[in-house]
Amino acid sequence: MTTALILLPLAAALVVWMLPLSGRAAGALSLAAALAEVVLWVVALFRFDFQRDLQLVDRHSWFSDLEVSYHVGFYGFSFWLTGLTVVVSAAAIGYAVWANRERARAYHGLMLFLLGAIVGVFTAQDLLLFYVFFEAMLIPIYVLVGVWGGPRRARATATFVIYTMAGSLLMLASIIAFGITQGTFDLIDSGTSSNTWVFLGFLVAFAVKAPLFPFHGWLVDAYRESPPEVAAILSGVVSKAAVYGLLRIAIAKFDVELVLDFQSTILALAAIGLVYGSLLAFRARDVRTVTAYSSMAQMGLIVMGLFSLNVLGVNGAILQSVAHGLISATLFLLAGMLEQRGGTSTFADLGGLARGRPALATILLTTGVIALAVPGSVAFAGEFLILAGIYPIGWGWAVVGAASIVLAAMYMLRLISAVLHWRRGPAATEASRDLRPAELALLVPLVGLLLFLSAWPAAVSERSFPLRVQADEAEAQAP
Amino acid sequence: MIETPQVDWFALSPTLALLGASGIALLGSVLVPAWLRRPLAAFATFGGFVTAGVLASFVFDRSGEATPVLAESMTRDRLGALAAVIVAGAGALAVLVSWGERRRDHQGEYYALLAAAGAGMVFFVTASNLMTLFLGLEWFSIALYILCALDTHRETSLEAGLKYLIVGSFGSGILLFGSALVYGATGELGFTAIAEAGGEEDYLRLAGLALIITGLGFKASAAPFHMWTPDVYQGAPTSVTAFMSAATKVAALVLTLRILVVAFPDQEHLWTVAVAVIAVVSLAVGNLAALVQRDVKRLLAYSSVSHAGFMLIAIAVNTELGARALLYYLVPYAAGSIGAFAVVAARERELGVPVTLERLGGFGWERPFLGASMWIFMLGFMGLPLTGGFVGKFYVFSAAYESGWWWLVIAGVVATAISLYYYLNVVRAMYMRTDVELRPVVAGGSPPRDTLLVSAVAASVVVTVGSFIFVQPLIEWARDAATSLPF
Repeated sequence: MTTALILLPLAAALVVWMLPLSGRAAGALSLAAALAEVVLWVVALFRFDFQRDLQLVDRHSWFSDLEVSYHVGFYGFSFWLTGLTVVVSAAAIGYAVWANRERARAYHGLMLFLLGAIVGVFTAQDLLLFYVFFEAMLIPIYVLVGVWGGPRRARATATFVIYTMAGSLLMLASIIAFGITQGTFDLIDSGTSSNTWVFLGFLVAFAVKAPLFPFHGWLVDAYRESPPEVAAILSGVVSKAAVYGLLRIAIAKFDVELVLDFQSTILALAAIGLVYGSLLAFRARDVRTVTAYSSMAQMGLIVMGLFSLNVLGVNGAILQSVAHGLISATLFLLAGMLEQRGGTSTFADLGGLARGRPALATILLTTGVIALAVPGSVAFAGEFLILAGIYPIGWGWAVVGAASIVLAAMYMLRLISAVLHWRRGPAATEASRDLRPAELALLVPLVGLLLFLSAWPAAVSERSFPLRVQADEAEAQAP
Repeated sequence: MIETPQVDWFALSPTLALLGASGIALLGSVLVPAWLRRPLAAFATFGGFVTAGVLASFVFDRSGEATPVLAESMTRDRLGALAAVIVAGAGALAVLVSWGERRRDHQGEYYALLAAAGAGMVFFVTASNLMTLFLGLEWFSIALYILCALDTHRETSLEAGLKYLIVGSFGSGILLFGSALVYGATGELGFTAIAEAGGEEDYLRLAGLALIITGLGFKASAAPFHMWTPDVYQGAPTSVTAFMSAATKVAALVLTLRILVVAFPDQEHLWTVAVAVIAVVSLAVGNLAALVQRDVKRLLAYSSVSHAGFMLIAIAVNTELGARALLYYLVPYAAGSIGAFAVVAARERELGVPVTLERLGGFGWERPFLGASMWIFMLGFMGLPLTGGFVGKFYVFSAAYESGWWWLVIAGVVATAISLYYYLNVVRAMYMRTDVELRPVVAGGSPPRDTLLVSAVAASVVVTVGSFIFVQPLIEWARDAATSLPF
């Protein structure tokens, strides 16, 4: 099952690359594959038992002398992150079909390859396999941004690659040190490590990917210069690979004392990222940059939740990851649709788009309001859990976290007003129509999922970790 | 009746097959009409390499234990056999790449020399005596000197040949000098006998060891003995460069491993450090110099210097895991080298001028298969997943870390990070130029169809990716080969 989830998009990518299809056929085929992947995930959902640990496991030896194996499986939280991946990727591929990308075969093959690699990251239970998928994500992103990106894409890809690869190579060194010391690279069989340098290697790699302050230098260029659907995947899904890595490796595979030593530092960086990102988002001049910086802020919040190191905070982090993934994917796709119309998503050129465009106004307002964590929304539930988790660590952290909700309201409301309400800019002409049915077909499922999770956040937050584990941990903390 | 020594013809058979092929190619092309020369010579050489590869794999299969051959001048073991298989594979692919080269004359000589060079390398990797070592080295080197200079109408080819001849002979001379010193110190020529001769702190012998490492460093193009590499790789016919970059490196590094481990176990504390330093210098020089190259062949030449550094790390750790790492690494590296130079050759034949990064512009879209293959080879050189290059680097670093050489791991990681820049530059040049930047180069007609070259590239891709997926069998062969050394 798990292997099928990884291999389906990879096989589809090969088919798209190999067969001499027309652009349209390649797009249709890849959309079909992405939807099949969603169906496959739903099938897996019904077979999944959220009260058990690792399941749907596949394991084959890869090379035995260093104890490396192909070992994949799902935990509750990785299952939700995979769900996020397949949904957002399907929407992104749908967008690419709609936007009619040039060189469709190469493009769609890369998108599918990326999808397979991300699913691999969330399921790998062997460190080396994890690294393989982690790096394999980079290759299609590099080409997707480098070939189909905006005018300053060369710079964007260069910065992105240098940052991520520097992080990844540190992680490779750490993986080798970890695996050779433990005698196995398997995440299940290995014990925990107490080596500070190894920990830092992993930490930096994930901090770059997230990104966490001060490793965010690549963020804006990459999110602004990529095609919007790639930006949606980058900020919505790929950044969650960092969340997964922090939780599954940096927290779970190192001694508690070691992690506690770094807790304050990481929380401080996360808090800085949260406030700094929010402020930058408030200053930004177009939809994409706001979304990019808000992404950075949200990642700070999520990392705060993770490093509260308690059930509430971690549950909140997972819920917030799923929520933020859907929100930022929606916003990037919307930004792309605005750019398709007026050639720009700069606030000065837009404005007043609410009049006569009810669908656009509704979608943007709903997403924006959920994003600013209005009570009753999924983002509110996530932030509440995170704040509740972080409060016992220190009330100061909770204050910073709560302040960020205010900041989020500031930049989100500014974004909504600038697009929908302010004075009309040169790009907001009558020619830019309301959202078409095809566009709605992409956005409505995403927004629908957000509303569904707003109504029932416990669907994710109570099903990320087996309740037994949660009870054990709560008991351990009680005295 | 003259008493002849017992000869293990089977152990010699790969070398003899290649020598036979060389003879057929050379003599045949004198006897047959002109139009048949190229097919005959190429076919004989290709057949020779394939036969040698098959025979070497039989030798590998039936040499569970190392046995001396010809009065201990050679060893029949799995290490030599595995190296011979890799060399033969590289040679066979090089023949496929060579076929489309528009060469008016010297057809027979070209293929005959290619087979002779291959024979020399196959002989060289089994050497276990300072005389056979030198003999093998000169054997394949002389063939390569001529091959480099074969395109007499191109000045760069002549320059390459001359440079390689002078610098290569200098290296051989140093190796010979070192051998003489070691012989003087120990009174022995055989590797095992040298090890048993004792006299650990003998300065004569240490000087000899240093000179031998230097001499082999020239052949492996490890820095600081790499000065000839960029010029020769750039000037030599591209198919020859492809063969040299893959096969010479295999031969030189395997023999370096063999002589150091077998003949100098008592000086281990010295040569491991020396090799580690050479490795780090190679990584630094190769990667930094590659950053500023515009000519793709020069760029790949410096990249080969840096890969020599990676592989020397595996030798420096001096463990069985290190030897395994080296032998594994050689496979995707050799495939990637041949493939990458083959793609360069294809572009060169299309344009008729040396290939620079600018002239690769748009290549990836024009020739999707070759472009994608070049991508894969670059990924392999970078050591990114889905290629054997990744597993190779992983093994090398693991071996280094396991023996406590953590600073070599750091050096390797930093070098890899730097190398990304120029490898991605190649990819960028092929795919990511705006139409304004793309100035189509007039080549005259549609590109020549070259099925053999494409199939060589395809085979290289299969090896590069296949060695990533099927690590287990490869690593088992590498382990079998490594166990024939006395660690």
